[in-house]
Amino acid sequence: MALTGIEIFKLTPKKNCKECGVPTCMAFAMKVAQGAVTVDKCPYFSDEALAKLSEATQPPMKTITVGEYKLGGETVLYRHEKTFVSKTLYAVKVCEKDPNCEEALANMGNVDYERIGERMYVEFAYVNYVDNKEKFLELVTKAKEAGKTIILGCKCPEVAKEALAITGKDVILNGATAENYAAMNEVATAAGCVLGVRGENIDELYDTVAALEAAGNKNLVIDVTLPTIKEAFAAAVQLRRAALKEENRTAGYPTIVDISNPKYAADATMQEALATLFTMKYGSIVVMSGMSYAQALPLYGLRQNVYTDPQKPMRVEPGIYELNGATPDSVCALTVDFALSYFTISGEIERSGVPCNLLIPDAGGYSVLTAWAAGKLGAGSIAKFIEEADIENKINNRTLIIPGKVAVLKGEMQEKLPNWNIVVGPNEAVQVVKFLRDL
Amino acid sequence: MPFKSSPQKFNAAINTVEIGSGDKKIVLGGECVYPLYAFDAPIENKPVVGIEITDLGVETFADCIKEYYAGATTLGEIAAKAAAAEGASFVTLTFEGADPIGENKSVEECVAAAKEVADAIDLPLVICGCGNNEKDVELFNAVSGALEGKNILVMSAKEDTYKTVAASAGLAYGHKVGAESAVDINLAKQLNVLIGQVGVNAANIVMNVGTAAAGYGFEYVVSAMDRIEAAALSQNDNMLQMPIITPVGSQAWGVKESLVSEADMPAWGPQEDRGVNMEVCTAAACLASGSNAVILRHPKSVATVAAFIDALM
Repeated sequence: MALTGIEIFKLTPKKNCKECGVPTCMAFAMKVAQGAVTVDKCPYFSDEALAKLSEATQPPMKTITVGEYKLGGETVLYRHEKTFVSKTLYAVKVCEKDPNCEEALANMGNVDYERIGERMYVEFAYVNYVDNKEKFLELVTKAKEAGKTIILGCKCPEVAKEALAITGKDVILNGATAENYAAMNEVATAAGCVLGVRGENIDELYDTVAALEAAGNKNLVIDVTLPTIKEAFAAAVQLRRAALKEENRTAGYPTIVDISNPKYAADATMQEALATLFTMKYGSIVVMSGMSYAQALPLYGLRQNVYTDPQKPMRVEPGIYELNGATPDSVCALTVDFALSYFTISGEIERSGVPCNLLIPDAGGYSVLTAWAAGKLGAGSIAKFIEEADIENKINNRTLIIPGKVAVLKGEMQEKLPNWNIVVGPNEAVQVVKFLRDL
Repeated sequence: MPFKSSPQKFNAAINTVEIGSGDKKIVLGGECVYPLYAFDAPIENKPVVGIEITDLGVETFADCIKEYYAGATTLGEIAAKAAAAEGASFVTLTFEGADPIGENKSVEECVAAAKEVADAIDLPLVICGCGNNEKDVELFNAVSGALEGKNILVMSAKEDTYKTVAASAGLAYGHKVGAESAVDINLAKQLNVLIGQVGVNAANIVMNVGTAAAGYGFEYVVSAMDRIEAAALSQNDNMLQMPIITPVGSQAWGVKESLVSEADMPAWGPQEDRGVNMEVCTAAACLASGSNAVILRHPKSVATVAAFIDALM
């Protein structure tokens, strides 16, 4: 836990010298507590005080970087307490023992699409080693050529060294255990890559992490894939809780969980349930045996929801959305750019089957009534949007349905948009299907 | 030095609510730990999975769900088939056909349907309305009377209907009352208080705090449930300690990902897989957030989610 201003004040020299740019040591301490200034602005802290402060100001959970991805760095257990920062990432496992491994590697790129401004795809290739070194290294080379960020599932230091020579440092070497950690540490440190810690139970994992920390390596992730799903889930929750609630920094590392094991999941549908669980609760990387669109669509949607900042509502891009094969002659409907409003309305319009041009102006990302109350959705702003987006040239139809909740805008809109026939739509989304069909 | 674990067991607990009777009755709630945290303290009554049919049978469901019911023609046969699905602990009957803007079936027809279903199954029964408040109030009253003694759960008493629904289903006929609110901790609590004021004992209330399909504003569901669980357990708020039941199927099978045909979206693959995964993902997420029961449609989803729960207990 961060120190309070008073606790920091006790460590200051209490000289009120103003050299830090703040009138008093007390004021300085308060600013440090808020994170507004750093302690090094004061030249008079004792070494002992500095050590205490730097320990206290360390984040409870480390942020580990692998290539372009960031893992961990969370500060809360629940998103409503502040926000989650590093979304769960997904890996597909390929094993040199599997005769279809190359196909599996090639299929990994099948899922690749965009959803509300976010690219959805499998981030990691988890390449697993059993005993065929040549085949393993060949697979690592292929994964590298395919442009995937790689996790090396390998407990043998010699083989790991050769694989790292192929991949470079932007990988996770997932293979330190209670037995081999010293040798694996040497290989990972020499290569400059992240080291994954594996074990048979949470105590063994924890001890191995502590031993690696003692050896000076804090560039770690913890693989919580334990003998049963219950133990794996328990470990993921207990480690995160210990890190954030009890400031146990040895527990404060991102986690990997491999749910591809048939012991865990009999089929792809069970993997979906488990991937969901670890996306919700504290898996930094979830390893699956494959990723189909059927699995990806709900899972990535869920992840996008859970990892949005509660203070910043999700927004969709303003513009014209042609639904149900709408043409320039199809009727127009309007809602706001708040993602939830857009999804609800577009879903209902799609259900109606009526071709419709859904117009989304910039309404600040608020819901209909909030946007209207905040002055972000008014006759003026809608008219301006219709002009700026060049809608009169793109669409021939001149009927515009507005949300029932802002029926009050009708008169003014009719004045500002004299060529248009402004129609007041229903109050609730559930009434949209009937409304459009009866139109 | 081994890992020091501090189990997070609370002095407060979720209420236990029984639905049905005999060997097959279900008990919801009772846990004194956060959702699925069986490692903190044993969860005596594990979450359960229900299977949904409607008074129109499964006519309006996706074709892949209908396949499971092939050969069952009467509503009673369909209900029996539903009850036989692997992993199903209760059956939900939704009066879809009662909707005045749909088939507009009469209250008498609904009562007959409810009796037929209740007679065909030995699992507990949960009933859901058509969504039209006036009609639902009428049919809940009639169905509650017809099934007196069956100890069913009547979903739902809402802000506009709670007085009559709570008085008839809860007080007059001694069934359990489902309090339905829309993804907000304050609305959920207020409704529980109001239903309590009608005279329904807190131990006879189950909450449906609302849901969405994964990807469709599910963050609100997560945060609402997270906060409800926290209030119920860490702050011992009696007015939020009701177990939670979540109808997932109707949401999961209503989004584009589950509705679009493979012909329209070849890259997405078979529609059945998409619907099942949407249902399973949403259900698992609800359970991880605090649902004590989820209502699903596809038998594959029911079996998978039941196995998922078992693996964590």
